[in-house]
Amino acid sequence: MASPKKNRIDRVFASLRERGEVALIPFLTLGDPSLEGTLDLLHTVEEAGADLIELGVPFSDPTADGPVLQHSLEVGLRAGASLPRALELVQEFRRSSETPIVLYGYYNPIFRYGLEAFARDAAAAGVDGLLVVDLPPDEAEELLQWTRPAGVHFVCLLAPTSGRERVRVVLRHAAGFIYYVSVTGVTGVKPVQPWEVRPVILSLRQQTALPIGVGFGISTAEQAAAVAEFADAVVVGSAIMRLVDQHRDQSDLPEVVAQFVRRLKQGTIGVKRPPSGAV
Amino acid sequence: MQSLPDRHGHFGIFGGRYVAETLMPALIELERAYRQISRDRSFRQELQGYLRDYAGRETPLYFAQRLTAKLGGAKIYLKREDLCHTGSHKINNALGQALLARRMGKQRLIAETGAGQHGVATATVAALLGFPCEVFMGSEDVQRQSLNVFRMKLLGAQVRPVSSGSATLKDAINEALRDWVTHVETTYYLVGSTMSAHPYPMIVRDFQSVIGKETKRQILRREGRLPDYLVACVGGGSNAMGLFYPFLDNPEVRLVGVEGGGKGLDTGEHAASISAGTIGILHGKKTYILQDEMGQIRPAHSISAGLDYPGVGPEHAYLHSIGRAQYVAVTDGEALEAFQLLSESEGIIPALESAHAVAYAAKLAPKLGRDRIVVVNLSGRGDKDMATVAKALGVTL
Repeated sequence: MASPKKNRIDRVFASLRERGEVALIPFLTLGDPSLEGTLDLLHTVEEAGADLIELGVPFSDPTADGPVLQHSLEVGLRAGASLPRALELVQEFRRSSETPIVLYGYYNPIFRYGLEAFARDAAAAGVDGLLVVDLPPDEAEELLQWTRPAGVHFVCLLAPTSGRERVRVVLRHAAGFIYYVSVTGVTGVKPVQPWEVRPVILSLRQQTALPIGVGFGISTAEQAAAVAEFADAVVVGSAIMRLVDQHRDQSDLPEVVAQFVRRLKQGTIGVKRPPSGAV
Repeated sequence: MQSLPDRHGHFGIFGGRYVAETLMPALIELERAYRQISRDRSFRQELQGYLRDYAGRETPLYFAQRLTAKLGGAKIYLKREDLCHTGSHKINNALGQALLARRMGKQRLIAETGAGQHGVATATVAALLGFPCEVFMGSEDVQRQSLNVFRMKLLGAQVRPVSSGSATLKDAINEALRDWVTHVETTYYLVGSTMSAHPYPMIVRDFQSVIGKETKRQILRREGRLPDYLVACVGGGSNAMGLFYPFLDNPEVRLVGVEGGGKGLDTGEHAASISAGTIGILHGKKTYILQDEMGQIRPAHSISAGLDYPGVGPEHAYLHSIGRAQYVAVTDGEALEAFQLLSESEGIIPALESAHAVAYAAKLAPKLGRDRIVVVNLSGRGDKDMATVAKALGVTL
């Protein structure tokens, strides 16, 4: 297997670790409010403090998503979003940015695209990681055989329901960072309970050197700050797309999103940790 | 062949477990619990007792004499699953899984339903065993199958209409999965067909295979030999898998699955995932699905709500891929004709789903000699379809 080129995700986490900072990962849906709008928002959230960006690729049957993202993904689909458009957009974004991009989505569009072609095109476009919600590592080898040598990380999920056995399976396959789903449920419905998540993250840290991100229930700067106390990355999705929905068609949309992301960033940056990731 | 799926839940390249990580432990727990109870004598006896005394098994294998004479070819037998309690084969699986849920200590049942037959079966066993029950149903189907909605409510279940997407079965499954992922510790998801992630296709097939086991015994008693053809409709594929499975190792028995051809395969408005679909991943499994070039799921169409699904059970995909079973499509119009044909010639009003199997048998039988035997799985009765059929025939009730 070819050794992966140094991936942007690894570089960013390494440098955050040196500075004792926590990564903020905002989520944007491709095509919501529009395909061009998404490109603008990518730059907006980057300037407002995003360390990595999760880009949601719409799918017709998003079984892991709550009402806010379901609606947002539907808007994206109607706007013409698709996996090839996502790759085009990332390529466009890469002309002026080195912020890592993780594609979030469901497996069928990737499977349909063709696994080998997808790994090649995603790497060429500048995609750094994949988060495929309905592809557990147990089924992922057919994809990983192509993405691994292409240097695209397969970001794995862990959940409150994951016992010792699942943690072992998942850690064997994970790359880039671990995405800990902080609530048992779909995206953007239940709020995170930081005191419940904390011990789980601390225990995971004993078992992996990979950075650990937390997401699925974080919608305020206060929650982001509370999670940043113990996580290496904070993911915020539905809260941002709810703002997009409320300010759709309004000229202040980029500014509203930028303000929110800045507040989130201030929340996470207020938490200074000793360099090198020890907690 | 009968040892499939493998330990990862694969039937060849099909099947598997394509779900959010949150659900993986629940599927693994379910598989363990199932493997344990399937070796447990007391569980088998308990289930057999309910199947006999409550569901009304065994169901008859009926020789359809007038239909056979009318078609003028092979002898047609009907496996009368329509005579089961609740009006379809769905009760076989619902009983098995609900008893399993009780043994697992789960406190609540959820289910998805298309035609409403599985929803009714689940609501029924929930009432029988004292479970609270919620049934997810596309709002489009709630309209088409209002009688079944009322039945479920009478049985004490809550019906949750789902209006997202195409507002049919696939969207009901999406919502059931979302509910399950949120309440996975306490809730048992009672999947109604040979679909979803492993171990469901195996569990549903096993609980439904009572259909094929009885058929085998009955036809041997009656004819002294195995049938030449088994014909069953395929949406997700549970009644077909239940009939086919005990015959998989009898290569002389030809297996035919009949998909919902809707308005015709060339119109694009159909539910024929094997006949006209491509391989993909939907609702936890790799199988044939209806999708566009971008991998988005295309809504299915069938006059029968129970076939109106853009995917198919992974074991059917596998049987198709190895050529063990053959899959054909029957249009809405052909199913309607068969619906009337069976009603008038035998005094049996079939479910629109089952009418698809009857329609194919009606095409097949005249081409075969009189010494040949065709068994049609009459998976359900047609009472629930009165409004749909009346409308299709231009009758105002």
